[in-house]
Amino acid sequence: MSTTTTAPVDIFTEKIERGENIEPRDPMPEEYRRHLIRQISQHAHSEVIGMQPEGNWITRAPSLRSKMILLAKIQDEGGHGLYLYSAAETLGISREEMIEQLQTGKARYSSVFNYPALTWADIGAIGWLVDGAAIVNQVMLQRTSYGPYARAMVRICKEESFHQRQGYEIMAKMAAGTPEQHEMAQDALNRWWAPALMMFGPSDKDSLHSKQAFLWKIKRESNDALRQKFIDKTVQQAEVIGLKIPDPDLRFNEETGHYDTGPLNWDEFHRVINGDGPCNRQRVEHHVRVHEEGRWVREAAQKVLSFEF
Amino acid sequence: MTKTDALFHYCLRLGDDAVILGHRLAELCSRGPFLEEDLALTNIALDYTGRAELFFQYAAELEGKGHSADDLVYRRPERRYYNHLLCERPNVDFGHTIVRQFLFSVYDRYLLEELGAAKDTRLAEIAVKALKETRYHLSHAADWMVRLGRGTEESHRRVQQALNDLWTYTGELFEMDDVDLLLLEHGIAADLHTLRALWQAEVKQTLDRAGLQRPADGYMQTGSRKGIHSEHLGHLLAEMQYLVRTYPQAAW
Repeated sequence: MSTTTTAPVDIFTEKIERGENIEPRDPMPEEYRRHLIRQISQHAHSEVIGMQPEGNWITRAPSLRSKMILLAKIQDEGGHGLYLYSAAETLGISREEMIEQLQTGKARYSSVFNYPALTWADIGAIGWLVDGAAIVNQVMLQRTSYGPYARAMVRICKEESFHQRQGYEIMAKMAAGTPEQHEMAQDALNRWWAPALMMFGPSDKDSLHSKQAFLWKIKRESNDALRQKFIDKTVQQAEVIGLKIPDPDLRFNEETGHYDTGPLNWDEFHRVINGDGPCNRQRVEHHVRVHEEGRWVREAAQKVLSFEF
Repeated sequence: MTKTDALFHYCLRLGDDAVILGHRLAELCSRGPFLEEDLALTNIALDYTGRAELFFQYAAELEGKGHSADDLVYRRPERRYYNHLLCERPNVDFGHTIVRQFLFSVYDRYLLEELGAAKDTRLAEIAVKALKETRYHLSHAADWMVRLGRGTEESHRRVQQALNDLWTYTGELFEMDDVDLLLLEHGIAADLHTLRALWQAEVKQTLDRAGLQRPADGYMQTGSRKGIHSEHLGHLLAEMQYLVRTYPQAAW
C-alpha cells in the first residue's frame, strides 16, 4: 500500500489556485497569516477610530431623525469592528494584543480619520465619500481568499451602502438648502475629496506587499483601478446635486470612458500617515484614555461572571 | 387647563425625559469601557431618541400650533424643558451612568406598564412599544449594578458613590401636579404614589443582590415640573440646539 502526502504549502497553493477560500484550520504560510493579521486588524481599528470623527457630531445633530441615523451608523461601524476583530482572532491574535498594537502605534488605521469633522456637512461627506470609497474596496474583499474575512465583508458591504446613501442624502439636502448650507457642503467636499481618493493607497506598481497580496488573492484589483471606479461613480453623483469636484484637471476621457484627474499630494499622505495629520494624536489619545477609564469596569466584569447571576 | 392641554404637557414631559437621557447616553459614543458596552449604551440612546420622537409628534399635534417634533426639541428654551433632573445628570463615570440608568429604568418600567393601559390609544401604543425596550434597558442596568456592586473594591466604591450622589434626584420622579391629577381622573396618567412603592421594592431588591447600601431618604431635589433645572441642562441644550438656532431658516 502506498500513501502520498501533500505538503501543507502545496495544499495552500492548490486551494488558492482553485479559487477556494482558506479557512482558519487550513495550512497557510506564516507570511500569509501575518499579512492578514495586519490587514484585518488595521481594518478593524479603522472602524473603531472612525467612530470618533462622526461621534463628534452626534450631540449636535440638527434633527431627531439625523441623530438616530448617525447613532445607528456609528453603531454599525463599531459592529464591523467587532466582526473584524473576531475574524483576526481566528488567525491566532487576541483583541487585547491588537488594541495594544493600535495604542502603541504598531498597528495602523485608515489615515483618513486623521482629518477633523468640522461642520455638519462633514458628516455627509464622510458617509458619501469615505464610506463610498470603503465600499469599492470592500466589494472586492468579498472575494478575498481568507474565508472569515470575505464573509465579514459580505455583511459589512450591505450596511456600508446604507451609510453611503445616508451621507449623500445629507449632502444633497445641504447643497439644495440655504446659501450657507450649500457653502458648507461644498467646503466639506473640498476638504474630503483628496483624502478619500488617497484611501486607496499609492499606485501599487512599486509595492511589494501588493504583489504578494495579488498572488495570494487577498487583493483582487489594483489600487488605481479601485480609485478609478470610485472617481467615475462619484463625479456623476456630485453633478446631480450641484457640487463641484475640487480638481481643475478633472475631465471625461472619451477614449477610455473614464474621468481623468489631477495629481494627488502624496507627500501630504505620507506626512499624515506618519503621524503629522491634524488629529493623529487626538485619535489615539482618546482611545487610550477611554480604555484606561474603562479598566476598573472590565476588571469588575471579569470577576463577576454571568453564571453568578 | 383642558384635558388636551394636560395631555400635551404630559407628552412633553415624557418626551423630555427620553430626549435628554438619550442625549446623555449618546455622549458616550466611542467612550464605552469596551466595544460591546459602547454599542449597548448607544443602542439605549437610540431607543430613547426614537421614543422621544413619538412623544413629541403626539405633543405637537395636541398643541395644534403647527410645530413639528423637531421644533419642540430644537427650538424650546431651557425653562420650558420638563425632563426630570435625574435624566440630565452628567455621565461622570460608568458607575454614574449605570446607576442613573438603573434608577430611571425601574421607574420607567412601571410607568410604561401603567401607560400601556391608558385610556388614550395613541399614548398607550407608544408606551407598549417603549416598554419592550425598557425591559432590556432595565435588565442591562440591573446586571451591571450587581456586577459592579460585587465586582472589585473599586467598582463597589464607585457604584455606591454614584448611588449616594444620585439618590437625591429620585424623589422628584414621584411628584404629581395638576397635569397628573387631571389626567388621572380621565384614566390616562399613571398614579405615581402607587408606583413609588413598586419602585422602592424593586430598587431595594437589586441593591441587596448587589451588596449595595440604599441611601437614606434625605432632602429630595425638585424643580423640573416647573422647568427649573440644574446648570447642566443649559449646556446640553446649547450643544444640541446649536445648528438649528444658528441657521433658523435651514432645513436639515
